[in-house]
Amino acid sequence: MDLANFLIQLLNSVQYGLLLFMLAAGLTLIFGIMGVVNLAHGSFYMLGAYLGYALCAAWGSLTLAIAGGAALSVLFGLLLERLLFRHFYHRDHLDQVLLTFGLIYIFEEMRSILWGDDVHGVPVPAALEWSIPLTENLSYPAYRLFMSGVCLLLAAGLYLLISKTRLGMKIRAGAFNRDMTESLGINIQRIHAIVFAMGVGLAAVAGIVAAPVSSVYPNMGSQVLIMCFVVVVIGGIGSIRGALIAALLVGLVDTFGKVLLPQVASMLVYVLMALVLLWKPQGLFKQ
Amino acid sequence: MSTARAHLEVLPRSIQLVLWLGLLALLAFPWIGSDFHAQMVSRMMILAIFAMSLDLLQGVTGLVSLGHAAYFGLAGYLLAFMTPPGEPVSLWWTLPVAVLGAGLAAAVIGFFVVRTQGIYFIMVTMAFAQMVFYLFFDNKVLGGSDGIYINFKPDAVLFDLENKQVFYYFTLACLVGVYLFLRRLLWSPLGRTLNGIRINEHRMRAMGYSTFGYKLTAFTVAGALAGLAGYLWGAQTGYVNPELMGFHMSAHAIMMVILGGMGNFAGAMVGAFCFEYLLHLFKDLPTVGGFQMGKHWQLWMGSFIVLVVIWAPRGVLGLIQRFGGDSDA
Repeated sequence: MDLANFLIQLLNSVQYGLLLFMLAAGLTLIFGIMGVVNLAHGSFYMLGAYLGYALCAAWGSLTLAIAGGAALSVLFGLLLERLLFRHFYHRDHLDQVLLTFGLIYIFEEMRSILWGDDVHGVPVPAALEWSIPLTENLSYPAYRLFMSGVCLLLAAGLYLLISKTRLGMKIRAGAFNRDMTESLGINIQRIHAIVFAMGVGLAAVAGIVAAPVSSVYPNMGSQVLIMCFVVVVIGGIGSIRGALIAALLVGLVDTFGKVLLPQVASMLVYVLMALVLLWKPQGLFKQ
Repeated sequence: MSTARAHLEVLPRSIQLVLWLGLLALLAFPWIGSDFHAQMVSRMMILAIFAMSLDLLQGVTGLVSLGHAAYFGLAGYLLAFMTPPGEPVSLWWTLPVAVLGAGLAAAVIGFFVVRTQGIYFIMVTMAFAQMVFYLFFDNKVLGGSDGIYINFKPDAVLFDLENKQVFYYFTLACLVGVYLFLRRLLWSPLGRTLNGIRINEHRMRAMGYSTFGYKLTAFTVAGALAGLAGYLWGAQTGYVNPELMGFHMSAHAIMMVILGGMGNFAGAMVGAFCFEYLLHLFKDLPTVGGFQMGKHWQLWMGSFIVLVVIWAPRGVLGLIQRFGGDSDA
């Protein structure tokens, strides 16, 4: 593998890792703070992608679609939290697994009824439809850089929100000790609603941003969900930093695995997870 | 994790009665129902074995595995690999090999997953099952995404499994055998220990039980029994594909156990029958006003699952007990 090729794969793996991080961050926060196993998180990604496809077709602009999709999905998250998830924070994990599994089926059919079962492409915006030449015949598409940029921006925003703002302080306090936080007069229910909606929003935006590259197709959520589980397990539940590092690690192993060891590539990530579990059963950054 | 639920370990009279009636109905069914329906019921019985094997983990030991289908599918694949394309293969050695193979896989994966707890356990079992899924999905040698056909049912010498009625009764015998075995296990020292682990693992450990070994044993036995079900499935349908190991299959099994009522095996059995029946019902829904209700079966199944979780977390057996007028068992 020469340098240009290596660079392309490296950029690809970082981009994939950052995309996974957008999903895993919401998942790990929902696990860590509310203690909810959310199998439907992949469906939010899928719904986001289809929403992006529909909004792009209607408004003709990906930027508008991202903004509109984010707003709609956050509203959807708030509604879902209010109607369903709120009542499941204290239930068994088993009940949560079943509830969210049922939701996967419902969301999958919602998608099927609203947008059909076809695969759709989403056009790359004209302003980003160029590539950066690396050698004579190798180049890197600008849109993928834009994707990584959006993910990085959101990751930085999330970091600032959690570690520097008053809201972030409350979120961390709620994760650390729920009862104590509540008795200090902080409305923990509202914090939960915000975190949940934020998670849904991040997953949906990830779906929209990824749509021009991956196109949108039925069941696109389930594969990404399982990857996110692996990321959360490796990183440690509730740890944003762990999710970031684990997502980049999974991105690297997956991308380079597909190039260097194509026969076993799809298993490598799980082998990585098994090794981490042997070494640290609670993940790398258990809080 | 799950302690609050009533587990109905001692089955009250009303439920025993339902079970006996069910057994009589199953014995009589091939004479009453059509061949097609008899096949459908053997499928249900196979899934009932699968659901009971999961109940050993989920209801008895308190380990929620979201990857149990891996062992089910693996045994089906083992049968497919052992059956030559041109002739049947003997039941008497392939069945043990498939069951032991599934058990071995469960032991190896269990070695990793059993050290995790709660949410981690759920995610890790799912991830490992997915690993097995992709191993078969991506490798043409192992059948790839299309799966493998099994042209002949296993040869049992003493009886002819190609005969649908014989196969039906063979499956029924397996079902009864597994049920009796698991009920016996529930009241053995091992079963009591596993129950103790569900209720309070810390206390069991403080009493000197090596809970890791017990949980690994439960995981292995459950995997092997799932293998028995998978073997029968492969033999019955004559076809295996990666979907058998998929995430949906695992989640369906969890739902079967919940639907019936967990921790006593009878519930898992009842749940499997109810779930499969509903699945058929939803898939056969008519088209109303241009809307194909049957095609969108996932919508009904999803809503049904959500409603059960909200309103009937103790399952069908809980309802039978309530309406059967028994006092709390």
